[in-house]
Amino acid sequence: MTRMTIEQAIHQALAEEMQRDERVLLMGEGVATKRRDLVQAFGATRVRNTPLAEAVIAGTAVGAAASGLRPVIDLLFAPFLAYAMDALVNSAGKLRYLSGGQFEFPLVALSMTGSGWCVGAQHNHNLEAMFAHAPGLKVVMPSTAADVKGLLKAAIRDNNPVLFFTDLALLHQEGEVPDDSAHRVPLGQAAVRRAGTDVTLVSYAKTVEVCLQAAAQLQGQGIAAEVIDLRTLKPLDEATVLNSLRKTGRLVVVTEASGLCGMAAELAALAATRAFDALRAPVVRLTGPDAPGASSWVLEQAALPSADAVVQAVQGMRAEVAVGREALAAS
Amino acid sequence: MSAGGMATDAVRRLEAMLLIRAYEEKLVELQRSGAPGTCTSVGQEACAVGVVGALEARDRILTNHRSAGHLIARGADPGRLMAEVLGRVDGYCGGRSGSLHISAKKLGVVLTSTIVGGELSMAPGVALAQKMGQGEPGGIVAVFFGDGAACEGIFHESLNLAVQWQLPLLFVCENNDWQAFVHRRETMPDNAIADWAAGHGLPVATVDGNDVEAVHAAAREAVAAIRADGQPRFLELVTYRLRGHFEPDDQAYVDPAELARWQARDPLHGQADRLLAQGALDADEFAQLREQAVARIEAAVAFAQASAWPGPRTLTHHVYAEQGAHS
Ligand SMILES: Cc1ncc(C[n+]2csc(CCOP(=O)(O)OP(=O)(O)O)c2C)c(N)n1
Ligand SMILES: [Mg+2]
Repeated sequence: MTRMTIEQAIHQALAEEMQRDERVLLMGEGVATKRRDLVQAFGATRVRNTPLAEAVIAGTAVGAAASGLRPVIDLLFAPFLAYAMDALVNSAGKLRYLSGGQFEFPLVALSMTGSGWCVGAQHNHNLEAMFAHAPGLKVVMPSTAADVKGLLKAAIRDNNPVLFFTDLALLHQEGEVPDDSAHRVPLGQAAVRRAGTDVTLVSYAKTVEVCLQAAAQLQGQGIAAEVIDLRTLKPLDEATVLNSLRKTGRLVVVTEASGLCGMAAELAALAATRAFDALRAPVVRLTGPDAPGASSWVLEQAALPSADAVVQAVQGMRAEVAVGREALAAS
Repeated sequence: MSAGGMATDAVRRLEAMLLIRAYEEKLVELQRSGAPGTCTSVGQEACAVGVVGALEARDRILTNHRSAGHLIARGADPGRLMAEVLGRVDGYCGGRSGSLHISAKKLGVVLTSTIVGGELSMAPGVALAQKMGQGEPGGIVAVFFGDGAACEGIFHESLNLAVQWQLPLLFVCENNDWQAFVHRRETMPDNAIADWAAGHGLPVATVDGNDVEAVHAAAREAVAAIRADGQPRFLELVTYRLRGHFEPDDQAYVDPAELARWQARDPLHGQADRLLAQGALDADEFAQLREQAVARIEAAVAFAQASAWPGPRTLTHHVYAEQGAHS
């Protein structure tokens, strides 16, 4: 194991995959400037600075992927994906299908998002669910350095287009990463970060830590919370969530992204449609508000679900069950 | 090449244009009896035949919603094209693309984009892959798009990138004066397209897009230049959309005098008249070529209509790649 930051994990994954497969190339605004060692190792042909033109950067990745290369593009901040949306959604996501499987689009689009840098709504927007809604795309958003490295390597080897989001508040966070260059984390597998029997807390990216803090507090109150880190949003690891839910009967979903039509809504729907009989309390969603990201530190923090809010939600769920039992007994 | 050989190539180009015309006229007829509508390229056949005929098997093509001519000129089977339009399993994409998204990998046709400009977005990547050693050595990429696409921001991003990265890419703008229901004069200064391309540093040729020999000569020159130095080139083909934007379309919004002027410049008649005048073809032979084209299209319709519908259970096939040994 080696301790490294998420940023270093991204760099290592890129270096290892470029070493392993000469079809992998990296394009983006400043990638060749920031990653000189990759230029030195793999040449300027495979590590390319681009003009400021996200639409054609993404389009070029799609065309290159259709023609035998395995491009990785760095689109920097998630809101910039709006310029690249046509190539990613209309081309990368749809053309395999429309071609009847003649063409494949193995590409990875990197971007950062989330609060923590006070950079405001045009750099910080958790819009991952928009891409989860688009057919043909996979969506990844890990929370640890080991997962970032393992999932990025798996994403580069995947034959589908993958949107790879990193939480910018976590970029400099360190974690233990396996030294084995074979280390990979398969797309579509959630991780149980903490086992518990009373309530299931589901999250991804920076709010996994919020859930872990809440679980520690709950333990002091005799409540055993299970914490699931989705890691991949699409394909969604339904089995891990459902298995946990059948055990605990209670679900709290915690996301930085806003609630309407988001991953939290999807998980609530999953619980309602596939585990209704197991539910002992209504599902709770703790999400960011339906508001653009503000810059002020205080407002940024106010937009994030807190560990205290998670604890309160769980207490409320248990109270509700107790009240329900009383009502039943009184009737 | 002997004079006779040249005449033969010119006759083949006429033959290809006749086949495209017969194919699209049949689509118009089928639409009237309930088949899906299409964007025909009637009046623009010389662009497709002239340019595609200058390409080789190792080259790649991306095109837009008006792609039937490019596909047929490339040697696509009209029966399989028709089957695709009708949504049948024997279509090039198994009925998933219809007329508006047809690709044919074996023919090197990577894309028909119905997002206006989608072809310009992907073309640099296809050319980059070619330059980086994917595909056959020496192959180049041709991208067809309209004057309307030149109004999209991606046009400039694409041209700029092709020049900066020195990509083996031939930009072919079929300037047909129409952008769906808006005339080009409402959307850009005259001559803007060639000026914009030149402004990006591209060598540009503006050619009569209704003269298949002129188009072919210009395309050959551009293709040879790209193969020689690996740099992009730009062709503007001045032509006209003789039918509506999308069938059915009564063209009530079209100035009849303008339409009549261009009808008189029908590229098929131009090439036929030239060959008849040269004595490369006589009237009987011309009539025979037309009949042959119509007969091939009749056979294509029969093939397409006999082709099975896709099974509803296959609805979600091909959305995602299976992970094979690679993962
Ligand atoms: C992004 C986008 N905007 C609008 C349309 C609707 N549309 C389809 S074709 C077309 C006209 C395109 O004009 P041009 O590029 O000149 O091609 P032409 O149809 O003349 O061949 C329009 C507006 C579309 N398909 N895609
Ligand atoms: Mg046009």
